[in-house]
Amino acid sequence: MKQILVISGKGGTGKTFFTGCLAVSLPNKVIVDCDVDAANLHLILHPKIEQSSEFIGGKIAFIDEEKCTTCGACKEVCQFSAITEDFQIDEFSCEGCTICSYVCPTSAVIIKDRISGSYFISNTDYGRMVHAKLGIAQENSGKLVTKLREIAKEIAEMNGADFIIIDGPPGVGCPVMASMTGVDLALAITEPTVSGFHDLKRVIELVKHFKVEIKIIINKYDLNIEMSKKIAKDLEKLDIEIIGMIPFSEEILASVKAGVPFLKFSKSKLSKDIEKLIHKILDSL
Amino acid sequence: MIISVASGKGGTGKTTVAVSLALSIENSQIIDCDVEEPNVHLFLNPEIKEKIKVKTLIPEVDKNKCNYCGYCSQICVYNALAVLKFNSTGDVLLFPHLCHGCGGCILLCPERAMNQGYREIGEITIGYKENVEFVEGKLNISEVLAPKVIEKAKSFIKPDKIAIIDAPPGTTCPTVSAIKGSNFCLLVTEPTPFGLHDLELAYEVTKALKVPSGVVINKSEDDKIIEDFCKKNNLPILMKIPFKREIAELYSKGVPLIVAMPKYKEKFQKLITLIKDFKK
Repeated sequence: MKQILVISGKGGTGKTFFTGCLAVSLPNKVIVDCDVDAANLHLILHPKIEQSSEFIGGKIAFIDEEKCTTCGACKEVCQFSAITEDFQIDEFSCEGCTICSYVCPTSAVIIKDRISGSYFISNTDYGRMVHAKLGIAQENSGKLVTKLREIAKEIAEMNGADFIIIDGPPGVGCPVMASMTGVDLALAITEPTVSGFHDLKRVIELVKHFKVEIKIIINKYDLNIEMSKKIAKDLEKLDIEIIGMIPFSEEILASVKAGVPFLKFSKSKLSKDIEKLIHKILDSL
Repeated sequence: MIISVASGKGGTGKTTVAVSLALSIENSQIIDCDVEEPNVHLFLNPEIKEKIKVKTLIPEVDKNKCNYCGYCSQICVYNALAVLKFNSTGDVLLFPHLCHGCGGCILLCPERAMNQGYREIGEITIGYKENVEFVEGKLNISEVLAPKVIEKAKSFIKPDKIAIIDAPPGTTCPTVSAIKGSNFCLLVTEPTPFGLHDLELAYEVTKALKVPSGVVINKSEDDKIIEDFCKKNNLPILMKIPFKREIAELYSKGVPLIVAMPKYKEKFQKLITLIKDFKK
């Protein structure tokens, strides 16, 4: 079983579009949306939820007003400035370290589980899908990503799946790292813009840190041919392969607007070229 | 006044709007809080004046005092400490990437065997471009404490200036840290189902933080899905930037919109006026 992660560094370069293509084209797979902050894959794969569970991301403190003497001991030790002037917990700042509960002389601090979101096991026209919805302004998205990947692996092993396809989050932070550990290939989708290339370089550093193999796809490559050439030249020096290039296409945009995976939406030459590219990726594994 | 520029979805044009806005007004500061992938400098090309390290608190074990009782490991909710005890000796292992710097182990060690130590996790860069002051937070690769770097970057906000915060995509802790405390939040979106879905999420974040917000539609064409949402939620649409290949090409080269197309300067100035009026 092979795990393929789609990442980019910069947002909006086409991760979800390309994951959608993989979902249509690859046989026998489990699909995971690890962009738990702002998940979008469900908008083109339209999963039917079969099983839904609560995700407990960590702890959160509460102050019992009746017991609180407003002595300020908790405020003094809190490194996250999570205790307000009137001795309430600012839930956006509390990181659940629980230290306030140790120093409170009147045991007024209660520690509770923090329900940070929900995760789902679903069915799509293209196979099983594992995805999540993180609550607004919650944290611990890395932990939730790890959870989704564990479930996907279990399903994949049970069903004898050949692939796990992972739609990754943007950036290089904790959910990206949690998406990356132990994958067989990271496919980085970039675009020929100064920011696309800048962010790709940070992703390459991260991939090196995790010793994961990386291949690059330049999306919208004809938006700035000079920049595409520069990216190609710099990646050659780093011995990183550009496995494919996809042109700027209004048709792809139309498929996103229609909420349909591109390979289902269109049977054009571009669609066939992308299928060929996916075969090339599989051959390289 | 602090105006944050956010979006939920990546790649909708946050940086384009933030940079153009900062360049259109006098006396502005731009604070790049997308610390995982800061991009403002690529468009602004500021002259760098100063770099400041961002550090986080970590425990340092005093081996002369530690009796390897294991209490620190028990109380650490992040599992950042492991204590091994052999007959008369032992070891304390710290996993620095898991440590959130709460300081609990230092505070509560019965033997007072933990001291305050610091670990570098990122960097703040300060510079200028003409009248615009540039502040960038950057998280080191493989680090996770983005909010710490964001808060440090925001500590350079000057109250007498108009501070424009370029926020990271998403809806979780880094985004919240960036938007928190703003007087207004501009939500940049695009008229696609992805753009709409993530606009809804970002709008929820601003509501939770009690920050008033308005929408900028980028890559504007047929905007009905966004307009319907805004109407339903009484959310003002403050500006539209059309879907044009020419604009995308300028962006690809790192040219700020208002530099290449000066007619946008007036539109961004109008945007600031709208925000100020809205606040009143």
